[in-house]
Amino acid sequence: MFATSVATITAAGTASKLGTMVLGLAVFAVVFVGILLFASLFKGRVGEKVQAVAFVGPTLLFISIALIYPAILTIRRAFYDGKFFDLNFGSLRSRGKFVGFENFQLLWTTPGLPEVFRNTVFWVVLVPFLATAFGLLYATLIDRARGEAAAKALIFLPMAISMVGATLIWKFVYFYNGDPGSNQTGLLNAIITKLGMDPVDFVGNAPGNTFALIAIMIWIQAGFAMTVLSAAIKAIPDEIIEAAKLDGVSGLKMFRFVTLPSIRSSVIVVLTTIAIATLKAFDIVQASSGGKLGDSVLANEFYNRSFVTQQPGLGAAIAIVIFLLVMPIIVFNVIQFRKDA
Amino acid sequence: MATVRFDEATRVYPGNDTPSVNKLNIDVQDGEFLVLVGPSGCGKSTSLRMLAGLEEVNDGKIWIGDRDVTDLSPKDRDVAMVFQNYALYPHMSVADNMGFALKIAGVDKSEIRKRVEEAANILDLTAYLERKPKALSGGQRQRVAMGRAIVRSPQVFLMDEPLSNLDAKLRVQTRTQIASLQRRLGVTTVYVTHDQVEAMTMGDRIALLKDGILQQCATPREMYDSPANLFVAGFIGSPAMNLVAVPAGPDGARFGSHTVPLPRERSEHGGKGVVVGVRPEDVEVTTNPDGLELTVDVIEELGADAYVYGTPTDPEVTLEGGDDNLAKPFIARVDGRNVPAKGSKIFVYPKSEHLHVFDQASGKRI
Repeated sequence: MFATSVATITAAGTASKLGTMVLGLAVFAVVFVGILLFASLFKGRVGEKVQAVAFVGPTLLFISIALIYPAILTIRRAFYDGKFFDLNFGSLRSRGKFVGFENFQLLWTTPGLPEVFRNTVFWVVLVPFLATAFGLLYATLIDRARGEAAAKALIFLPMAISMVGATLIWKFVYFYNGDPGSNQTGLLNAIITKLGMDPVDFVGNAPGNTFALIAIMIWIQAGFAMTVLSAAIKAIPDEIIEAAKLDGVSGLKMFRFVTLPSIRSSVIVVLTTIAIATLKAFDIVQASSGGKLGDSVLANEFYNRSFVTQQPGLGAAIAIVIFLLVMPIIVFNVIQFRKDA
Repeated sequence: MATVRFDEATRVYPGNDTPSVNKLNIDVQDGEFLVLVGPSGCGKSTSLRMLAGLEEVNDGKIWIGDRDVTDLSPKDRDVAMVFQNYALYPHMSVADNMGFALKIAGVDKSEIRKRVEEAANILDLTAYLERKPKALSGGQRQRVAMGRAIVRSPQVFLMDEPLSNLDAKLRVQTRTQIASLQRRLGVTTVYVTHDQVEAMTMGDRIALLKDGILQQCATPREMYDSPANLFVAGFIGSPAMNLVAVPAGPDGARFGSHTVPLPRERSEHGGKGVVVGVRPEDVEVTTNPDGLELTVDVIEELGADAYVYGTPTDPEVTLEGGDDNLAKPFIARVDGRNVPAKGSKIFVYPKSEHLHVFDQASGKRI
């Protein structure tokens, strides 16, 4: 499918696509202005209500269509059997049948899935804490140092690379030449063999490959953590730092008693944001081995089951599990925000 | 408790040609309350921060007691500072804020508790010990900041405009409280303010700075009665001293029909280039043609007294602006029950025993 779409991109095709886009934007603008004009017709108390509906209504409508309706479909699908096509487009007779909680049972009876859960736990525990720790350490070390902006840009750059791109870059770092005695062209293995040790197949064998992939995610997220935490550190009033200096605090104690408590809420936001991003991250595993080498995670498995192995019911069950895992993190975050407000 | 000595202490900020504090020499006695005062940018806060160790000393030395602290880090100086914005730790309770320095110093917990409670008692903070700073009023926060300094019982208190975030009424109240607290504790204190009233009312001695240079360091009374130069004369006192550049006469400066006697070497030039200073309360006001003629512009009624703002009718007589070099009216204090009418002509002459004469070029007192 990808190949054919590449082939059809001709000049005429591009022009017509552009035209469609412009048309779409124009329609959007007309509808939007129309709604506003309509809302402005009403004055007074009623007008306020109409305006509120005019502004919030479209948002609610699109959220319902694009978010809530699919969510309901997914939940429903988790209780049905059948292939992807049957579930969505098949005739009534060939449509999947209701199977109750069977799909959820499959979560732990399917071979390979328990490892997926174990891997996901490693990801969700290691990535947020290590990425935040590295980011915090880096932000503290470079704070007010010379060349701070350049040092920050260096660490932040990975954020601008897509996860697939990052994985490809790291594949070069991890590359393992299985042919004994031949040259190791992967960066890490080249270094290892130069030091006289045997090369390691970093991404080839479970469970080590999971940690190799986790390192990639940390590499990406540490920049985000560093940026947010660095801004938080800079927001601490100078006078507080000076008061602490006069109180006899320095070095690690300054960090432990003054800096860290002052940026506590930022640390929590960073931790939870990265945790959520990690739970949803499917690209790294997909771009590495596709999860076939015992390194799969829930998000990747959701895709695998839904589209590759044609078990959409099981895929939907996994999606629900991911959602249930993200929920408490979000709730915790909201509670924290309330506390700070 | 200890003395404090600035010995030619100098601070030049990187990128500046002129020093922000230029060869400062001050001796603060043990237990003394010294006020550093001056207009903004005069280097008073910088001087205090140099003493605290928050600002590098580029030249000269600073001594606390018989220790040279010039290159010591802030924590080794045994000084406590009260900041303008209080700089309380927002994540700690009032008690933790006050006891933090002791906790870092490894003092026993029950001892910390005891000392915090003592300080809280003095400052009337006992009911608020478990609160966070966010839940306190401005005045309470200010007291917590004071408490944080007291609990440590340091050798020197440093206070950087601690009252400037309070409202006018509370400021006057707290001013007295701080002064009496300092007398009671007997801890050497260096206090920075831009408000000359605060300086006059609180300080044992005042050090007045301008452009990083010490102008005069003396008791409030001395500063008021014999200002060392034009700047001091214009800065200390409210309303400010009238500084009148008067024309020369045959045997002295002519203040209207009065002649101001001058030392011999000045009177030889007929008193050219001198400024006569007279405080509003040292002015005799009369309707007889005696002294300098003024046109009354404004009357400020204060009840018991009134201030008369007037312009000299003689264009040769000009008033020095003191610290801000703007054209100023001549101000005279009169009895509130006997006030001249607006627009009327009055005559003023200085009481000869409270007369200040300055050299116009150098600004120095003659």
